[in-house]
Amino acid sequence: MENQTGWPDQLFDVLKGADIRQVGYVPDAGHARLIARCKADNDIRDVVLSTEEEGVALAAGAWLGGQRCALLMQSSGVGNCINMLSLINTCRFPFLTFITMRGEWAEFNPWQVPMSQATEPVLTAMGVKVYRVTEADEVADTAQAAADLAFSGDFAVAVLLSQKMIGRKVWK
Amino acid sequence: MMLERRKAIATLMANRPKDLFVVPGLGSCTYDMASLGEKDSDFYLWGAMGGAAMIGLGLALAKPKLKVAVITGDGEMLMGMGALATIGVQRPANLAVVVFDNRRYGETGMQASHTEHGVDLVGVARACGIARTFDVHDQAGLETLAGELVALKETLFARVRIAADDPPRVLPSKDGVELKLRFRRAVAAAG
Repeated sequence: MENQTGWPDQLFDVLKGADIRQVGYVPDAGHARLIARCKADNDIRDVVLSTEEEGVALAAGAWLGGQRCALLMQSSGVGNCINMLSLINTCRFPFLTFITMRGEWAEFNPWQVPMSQATEPVLTAMGVKVYRVTEADEVADTAQAAADLAFSGDFAVAVLLSQKMIGRKVWK
Repeated sequence: MMLERRKAIATLMANRPKDLFVVPGLGSCTYDMASLGEKDSDFYLWGAMGGAAMIGLGLALAKPKLKVAVITGDGEMLMGMGALATIGVQRPANLAVVVFDNRRYGETGMQASHTEHGVDLVGVARACGIARTFDVHDQAGLETLAGELVALKETLFARVRIAADDPPRVLPSKDGVELKLRFRRAVAAAG
C-alpha cells in the first residue's frame, strides 16, 4: 500500500494539527503510509507495539505527561485492547484511535471476520465513541471531529476506516 | 534473610528526588507506595493489569527531563511482558521498571506465578535490549538501586526478590479521574 494517496496524508495533517506527539502502532498495511509519515516526522515519537493494548496504556502515560497520543491499529487489534480500555474509561483519559477495518468487504481471510463484526460493539461496550468513514473525502473532517471530541472533552473516540475505502489486500 | 516489601519500598524511596514520578502496579505495589503516604506524584493503579510499564513509557517519552519509575509485581509484569520489548526499542533514559518479585499473585490468594517456576524477568529484559539491569536480593543491592533511581540516566530494569509476606493494606484513592488530574498537575508543575 506504499502507493496510497489522499486520505492517509490528510489524516496525517489532522494529527499534526491536533498536536499529536506520540503515535503507537502495530505494523499494518492499511496504515502503512500514515505510519511512514509519522516515522519521518521529527516532532512525533513513533512507538512500535508488540500488541495493541500497549498503545492504550501508552496514550494514558503520554497524557499524564502533557502530550497527546494517537493509536493506529486494525480491527483485529481492538479485541486485544478490551480490558486496558478500563484505564481510559475509569480515569476519563482522552483517547483517539484510527482503525483500519478487515473482514468486512472483499476479505480473503475468514479469520478476520469475527473480530471485524465485534469491533464496534466491543468499543461501544467499553465506552469508546465510534465514528465510521466509508468515503475517502470524509476522512479529514471525521478525523478532525474525533480529535476535537477526544481532547476538548476527555472522551475516547475511535474512527473506523472501511475496508472498501482502503482497498483490497494485494499479495506480492 | 529475604527482603520484606514494605522495608524495600521505604529503602527505595528514602532519598526520592522531587523529579521522580512513580507508577505503582495494581495490588500490593499500589499499597506499598501508599504506605509511604499518599502523594500527587504517584499514579496508583487499581486495574489495567499488564499496563504499568507502558504507562511509564508514555510518561517518560512525554517528559524527558523528569524521572519515571514503574514499580510493579511479577504477575503484573508477566501479563504485559511484551512491554519490555517495546521499551527495549525506545529505551528512554529516564525510565526505570522495578519488579517486586514475591513469585506470587497476592490479590488472589498467593498462588505461584511463572517466576516461581524459574521464569527469569531480568533475562527477559536483557534479551529485549535493556542493558542496565539489576537483580536485587539484599539490603545492599536495594540501596544501590535506590541510588540508581536518584541518578537515572539510562533505561533500567530491576527485579527485587521479596518475601511472600502480606502486610496490612494501605489504600489510596480509587477515583481514577482524581488520580489522573492531580498526577498530571504535579507533573506539569515539575517542568
